[in-house]
Formats: sequence, structure tokens, C-alpha cells
Amino acid sequence: MKWDEFFVTGEPMIYAADVSIILVSLAIVIGLTYFKKWGYLWREWLTTVDHKRIGIMYIISALIMLFRGGVDALLMRTQLAVPDNKILDAQHYNEIFTTHGLIMILFMAMPFVIGMMNVVIPLQIGARDVAFPRLNAVSFWMFFFGAMLLNLSFVIGGSPDAGWSAYFPLASLEFSPTVGNNYYSLALQISGIGTLMTGVNFIVTILKMRAPGMKLMRMPMFTWSVLITNVIILFAFPVLTVALALMMFDRIFGSQFFTMANGGMDMLWANLFWVWGHPEVYIVILPAFGIFSDVISTFSKKNLYGYKSMVVSMVAISVLSFLVWAHHFYTMGQGAMVNGFFSITTMAIAVPTGVKIFNWLFTLQKGKISFTSPMLYAMGFIPIFTIGGVTGVMLAMASADYQYHNTMFLVAHFHYVLIPGTVFGVLAGMHYWFPKMFGFRLNERLAKWAFWLIIIGFNVAFMPLFFLGLNGMTRRMYTYSASTGFGPLNMIATIGAFVLAIGFVVLCYNFFHSFRHSPRNEGGDPWDARTLEWSTPSPVPVYNFAKLPNVKSQDAFWHAKKHNVPLYEEGPYEEIHMPSNSGQPFILGVIMFILGFSLVFSWFIPAIIAGVGVIIMLAVRSFERDHGYHISAKEIAATEQKLRGDTV
Amino acid sequence: MKINDSLPLEYRTEENSNKIFGFWLFLGAEIVLFSTLFAVYFTLWNRTGNGPTGKEIFEVGGVIWETLLLLTSSFTCGLGIHAMRLNLKKPMMVFFGITLLMGLGFLGIEITEFVNYVHEGATLQTSAFLSSLFVLLGTHGLHVTMGILWGAAILLQVNRQGFTDETANKSFIFSLYWHFLDVVWIFIFSFVYLKGLM
Repeated sequence: MKWDEFFVTGEPMIYAADVSIILVSLAIVIGLTYFKKWGYLWREWLTTVDHKRIGIMYIISALIMLFRGGVDALLMRTQLAVPDNKILDAQHYNEIFTTHGLIMILFMAMPFVIGMMNVVIPLQIGARDVAFPRLNAVSFWMFFFGAMLLNLSFVIGGSPDAGWSAYFPLASLEFSPTVGNNYYSLALQISGIGTLMTGVNFIVTILKMRAPGMKLMRMPMFTWSVLITNVIILFAFPVLTVALALMMFDRIFGSQFFTMANGGMDMLWANLFWVWGHPEVYIVILPAFGIFSDVISTFSKKNLYGYKSMVVSMVAISVLSFLVWAHHFYTMGQGAMVNGFFSITTMAIAVPTGVKIFNWLFTLQKGKISFTSPMLYAMGFIPIFTIGGVTGVMLAMASADYQYHNTMFLVAHFHYVLIPGTVFGVLAGMHYWFPKMFGFRLNERLAKWAFWLIIIGFNVAFMPLFFLGLNGMTRRMYTYSASTGFGPLNMIATIGAFVLAIGFVVLCYNFFHSFRHSPRNEGGDPWDARTLEWSTPSPVPVYNFAKLPNVKSQDAFWHAKKHNVPLYEEGPYEEIHMPSNSGQPFILGVIMFILGFSLVFSWFIPAIIAGVGVIIMLAVRSFERDHGYHISAKEIAATEQKLRGDTV
Repeated sequence: MKINDSLPLEYRTEENSNKIFGFWLFLGAEIVLFSTLFAVYFTLWNRTGNGPTGKEIFEVGGVIWETLLLLTSSFTCGLGIHAMRLNLKKPMMVFFGITLLMGLGFLGIEITEFVNYVHEGATLQTSAFLSSLFVLLGTHGLHVTMGILWGAAILLQVNRQGFTDETANKSFIFSLYWHFLDVVWIFIFSFVYLKGLM
């Protein structure tokens, strides 16, 4: 391989990216050295096993990936703004829509949702950490280095360019000869394994570590949604693991799974991909449903309407999510019976989802509603998501789908589902739990400005795509001629995309503004909320709960406040056992990165060395004798006194 | 730390019983993983292209020995855990040692089998059938390899530390893993080899 194949060359925008990557890296290194923060970074963050800090690292990574995926989106919209545009060539456009999809789903939505789980779940169930804190750190670093590997493809070797679904035979070595799709298989594999371990970790945490008295049917709705999500992760991700491994074997080791000759079957990939890919949609959306449920109930000052039906609906959605995958390729010739079956299962999902929509509306009804920023996202979500859902039912009808398949109508539909669903969900969650993470609230005025820019920009950007799709504009085409008449609506959509981007800029500016100006000392419960996490001081001490709470009902903290009953038992503190920090998860992540990178370029000697390194890391962990440490009762008493200003 | 004496040693602390439950969940994911590989194999098993069919390359002798070794190793692994519950350190180590040796024997036969296939011109690259065969068997074989390394590490720890909460917990979880590999092999034996030879 020559150097000019190794580094991506020939595009001024790529050179600009090279320069900016080098400058940002230098700035980080110089900044850390100048302010003498290397030790702090290593001790407090890179080696941490504290679920709250891991959650914050997930959220920061997700925001950075949102920026990267967002820039991709703006480039695409700029290219499509006018007919016969020449800003991007076809190859570059292919790479950008591929990485936009991959990054937004796998490296933005997933980690944002998992970050929320990490910060909130142990607090919400009254636990001191997740079941396996060290494994949790491994999950994070696997995700992080997987994401870095995929992002590297942009400047070294070339990005994947066969769509985020990487259909064969297009994604095969024959038709995509660059290393782009090698990156796809390895980067997703590494972070996917991390996600699978998150799944195991959170199921055990939620099922085995709840505070005394918190029966399953007393859990907050966000906890329920996370439990169900992790069950889906546990059963869906191994399918992705296999699919990606077969892809790697086909592309790097010359096997014949999805090839056109020697018995290979390209449709096998489409099936495996969507058997994972459809449940994946629910993995990113169910936790958002949970966040909305908690937010709507808190800011309506009411119990969640239809608690049991909410749980039953989510279980129904999780089961159905595994039975609908073929609706992604109705037009690929599997016959009327199969299409009919998948049509019906797909439409059936609208029923439990509709139940949830009505439950949220009934929760709002006669509530004492306060229009805070998290609540605005929740209120904005309901009507927009309904549009996404209704167009989804249109697409679910196999015979009608022949008309919309692979058009901008589909693009509009899934953005109308995923942006109000997942993105508004995590943004609502971020604004809602921000004081729990950092001890101060985001500025409400700026947050509302950001919200209105985002919601207006979103609708202006995506509503025209429904009509463009119905008029016959297919997705993934890098340009079109003026005679198609697609020009004006595309221009409107592009303007909307930029308004949406300005909204995100305001949202990010709010972090700096609030960090400098927001009032501190608002106590642990600034929203007058209902669930256990708000009974802790903000920011939360490392051990979460000095004493474990006693749960007597749903919304235990609200119950304790209303009826003036104690949540915690009287009596002296006892010492708390804590896990120690460790650098091993980070080092394991680095080794996995080297392993993945070597395989991308078929450098087998470094790959084998890195593989041995992984086994050595596993052995080091097995022989390690680290029993954690204890926080003494005296120290806890002092911390609680300082944080709460009194003794509990 | 709360200790519940009514339970076997490996379950006594909360952390350890969580680990066992977590490992069961992990095995659930492993079931999905192998089911997917089986589904791939069943889709591709008669798509042999220009390559040989299963009937032409499978050798009964080796497969029977593999099966005998792995099934017996699962039995000795169970005996090892039984010895552990009776707090007999030396018998436990002997049984686990036999288990790992049989695992090695299994692996040796499987590698010989792979080498034979390749010499007959049946490689990973030959046809979709052979790709799916090698990847299914190879994934199981890789699991056995990791199991042998893991089991050896645990044996060293039991030897040094005796039976503690930790070593008992690790040994028990290892036994779950080893039995699981045995179950997967039974499916491979029935649906790959027996079906292929018919």
C-alpha cells in the first residue's frame, strides 16, 4: 500500500479536516500540560469506575459525535440545496451519508441513551453503583475506541461508502475495494461488544440491586424502559456481532458468505442486519419514552397515567421489534405471504405505541403543568412523533411501500421518529438531570431559545422531504437536474437544517453560559420531582446513598415529601464498600483499537500481537486481587453534613 | 459484607450471586450468537458452488472422538464442582485438570480435521457452505480455546488460594461455560455432522 492510498488525498475539505484534527489534538495536549491536568484526567476520569462519571463521559462523547454527524448532515443539505450542485462529488456524498447514519445511530443516539442510563439508573433504584462497575468502564472504552476508529476512516484509508446498512453485494470487496467497509465491520464490532456488556450489566443491576421495598411495579418508568431496552440489547446485539464477523471474513479473509459466486447469498446480509437493526431502533427509542414519562409526570405534578399499561406496551413493543425486520426490504422479492406477515406485525406496533401516547396525554390532562425546558421537549415530542408514527404505518403497508420505498418520504419518516423520539428524549433528559450531574441548572431562557430554534428548524428541514419523496425524489442521490422541480423544496429543507444547527449551537453555548452564571446551592431537588435520585444531594457523593432508602410506594420520594414520612432510617452511618479505580479498561480499549486498525489494513502481525495483548489483559484481570476500599462512617457523616448542611 | 451461610460458597456474597446471574445472561447472548451461526449454516449448507459437499469431506472417526472427549470432560467438570462443594481441593483440581486435558484433546482433533479439509482443497474461501462450516466450528473451537486458558488460570488460583468466595465463584462460573460449550457441540454433532452424513 502506498502513502497516498493510506492517507485520504485530493479534497481540500479533507486537508482542512487533517489540519483541524492536528490543531485540536495539539491544543488538547498543550492545554493539559500547561494546566498540569494529566494526572487529574487519568485519576478522576480515564480510570474511573463510578457510574456517574462514566455516564458523563458517554454524554460528552455523544455530543462530540452529534457535532460530527451534524456537520455531515449540513454538507449533504448544502449539496442538495440547488440543482446540479458541485460541492461534493458522488463518492464523497456516499461516504458522508454513510457515516452520518452510522455516527448518529451508533455513536450519538446509543451512547447518549447509555450515558443517561449510567447517570440515572443506580440513583433511581437506590443503589450505590451498577452491578459490575469495572465491566461498565470496559463497555465505555470499547464504545469510545470503536467510535474513534470509525472517525479515523475519514482521513486515513477512506470512509465506508455503501450506506449505513452496507448491503451486499455493494459492500463486498469486489464493489467497494477501499478499506472503508473494513472500518465499518471492525469499529462497529468493538463498540457493539461494549454495548452487549452494558446490556448484561444493567439487567443485573435493575433486577438484583433495587433498594429495599422497590418492587418491580414500583420502579420509575425510566428504569422500566431501561430494563426492557437492555433485554433487547442482550438478544439483538449478538446477531450484529455475527453479521459483522461474517462481513469481516468476506472482506479480509476471502470467505463466500455474501458473494455473488460460489454459493454466497447477498440477501443473508440484509436479513441479519435488520434482525439486529430493527430492534436497535427500539433500543434508542424506549429509554426516551421512559424519560418523557418521568418528565411529564414531574412537571404535571401527577402520577403517570396508566402505569401498568405503559409497562405492558413496552414489553409488547420489545417482542414485536424482533418480528418486523423484513419490512425494510419489501421490494426485494420475498413474495406476498412474507410481505403480508411483516406488514401486519409492523402495523401492530402502532397499537402499544398509541397506548403510550394516550397515557402521556391523560397524564397532562388537568395537571399543574410547568413549561420548563425538559417539559417543552416532551410536549414537542408528542405531536411530531405522531406524524412520524402515522407515516410509519403508511410505509408498513407492503403494497403501498412499493411507491415510497427508498424515497425522501422514508428519510422524512425516520427523522420524524428518531429526532423527536430519541434526540428530544435525551435532550429533555439532559436538561432534567443536569443539576443532578453538575449541581446547577442550565439557563432556562437560553434552553428555550434553543428548543424553539430546534423544533422550528426540524420541521422546516424535514416536512418538505415528505413531499419530495411523494414526487419521486429518491434518497442517497447526490444531485438532481433543475427539470425535476425538486429545487425549491430542497432549498427550504436546507434552510431548516441550518436553523436546526443554530439551535444546537445555542444549546451548546448554554453549557458555558450556565457554568459561569447559573446559581449554585439549589439543593438536591430543584424541580420538586418524584423519584429517588432527587433525594440525594447535588452533585451526588461518590457512594450515592449514605443509607439505602426505604421504598413504600411508586414515586417514593414524592410520597415521602407529601406525607412527611422519612425515606431513610434513623441511626448511625455504616462504612461503605467501594470498587477501586483501574486503568485496565482504558488500556484494553487502546489495545482493541490497535487490533481493529491493524485488521482494517490486513496487517496481520500487529493484529496478532494486539490479540495476544487482549488475552494478557484478561489474564491480568483474572489474577488481580483487588477488593476495593471502604469509606468510613466518620467520613460519610462529614460528607453528608457538608452536602446537606445537617445530619440526616 | 453480608454472608449467607445457607448457600454454597460460590453464591454467598451479593457480588458473587450477581456474577452468576450476570453470567447466565451472558450465556443467553451466547445462545443467540450460536443460533445465528446455525441459521447461517442452515441457509448455506447446500450452496456448495464448485466445492465439495459435507458428505464428501466429513470423517466419522474424528467426530466421534471429539464428541466422546467433550461430553466426558463436561462430566468431569461436574465432578470437579461436586468436589468443591465437599471442600476437597485436590480431587477438584484433578477433575478440572482432566477436563482441560480432554478439552485440549478435542482441540487437537479439530485442528487436524481442519488441516485435512484444507489439504483436500476445502478452504474458507472455496464455497459459502465451507465458509459457514469453518466459522461455526471455528467459533466453537475458539470458545473451547478461551475456556482452556481461563480454566488453567482458575486452577492456578485455586492451587494458591484454596477455596475462597472468589475462587469458588470463578470455578462455578467456568463450569457453566464449559457445560454450555458441550450443549453447543451436541447441536453441531447432530445438525452438522449427522445430518451432513445422511
